[in-house]
Amino acid sequence: MGEVMYIVIVGAGKVGYHLGKLLITEGHEVMLIERDRTKVNLLSFEFHDAIMEGDGSTVEVLREAGTNRADVIVATTGNDEDNLVICQVAKLMFLRPRTIARVNNPRNEELFTGLGVDASVSATKIINAVIEEQVKAGDMLIPLLTLKEGNVEIVEVELSRSSHIVKKKIKDLILPTGSIFIAVIRGEEVIIPYGETEFQPEDKVIALVKRTSEQALREML
Amino acid sequence: MKVMIIGCGRVGSVLANRLDEKGHQVVVLDRNQQAFRRLSEKFSGERIVGNGLVEEFVRPTLQEKTDILFAMTDKDNVNLMIAQRVKRHYDLGKVIAVVHDSILAGLYKELGVETVCPTDLVIKDLLKMIQES
Repeated sequence: MGEVMYIVIVGAGKVGYHLGKLLITEGHEVMLIERDRTKVNLLSFEFHDAIMEGDGSTVEVLREAGTNRADVIVATTGNDEDNLVICQVAKLMFLRPRTIARVNNPRNEELFTGLGVDASVSATKIINAVIEEQVKAGDMLIPLLTLKEGNVEIVEVELSRSSHIVKKKIKDLILPTGSIFIAVIRGEEVIIPYGETEFQPEDKVIALVKRTSEQALREML
Repeated sequence: MKVMIIGCGRVGSVLANRLDEKGHQVVVLDRNQQAFRRLSEKFSGERIVGNGLVEEFVRPTLQEKTDILFAMTDKDNVNLMIAQRVKRHYDLGKVIAVVHDSILAGLYKELGVETVCPTDLVIKDLLKMIQES
């Protein structure tokens, strides 16, 4: 771990709460600022002196939180306008801590950077990136049944038009070791596949696969 | 002049009525349809229901030359964000944000955002009355 930092977090929602806990566990000094008194009372059992009530976009509250000696300030509220003002005020009024803002609407990311926020994090963007990665990695394997303590699975895959095996016959495919196709569902029909079976888009393929071969199967599809 | 007013509250609605009476082209935007009840029956300007922070609601008005924009919702931070974003994206003659927090209002002036602080104005008036009494 690097040196101990003092980090001010504004907003004790899910993001602020977990971030705060994590940073404290890592040995950093944290101050959590939250507007809602009920939330503050609830969390004070966990955060003790590391939580305070107040509007984090006002100079008085930020000063009281010790922003002047903060290394980093993170604005995690659910309102972009609040996160922007928090970061701007922190930059202008205090000894220039590094400012990080959560961006709720990804379209605001560029504006934040242009207006002096050092870094912005958009959950929507991160989730989109993860999903895109998954989609690119091939069609998703839906686990139907797990056998042998999770070492063997029966999975279902719906073939998209872009699947590598569409319009190909089973006999022409090289299946990853540790996997076998056990059924193809085409509309209402269930096909027990054999060498001549040719895959079509929207086929649902049921396969038996060892956990260790799952990635290879996903890549093949 | 063409003027856009974001936030049809007690002050925004009166400003809209006055400017409209004087013959200016006025566009008023508020998230709440009910807010337009504050406008006078004679008000001849445009009413838009929408969020002033969302590009789609301001673009149709601002893409055609607009002289002044007033960001005057009841939330300081919303007004400050609207003002800064609009200044970056459009070429307007003047952008004014209403900011009730006196310290914030002063701070953003330093950042080049034109602000009006109702709190300061009331205090100034009160002090004057005290001095005159």
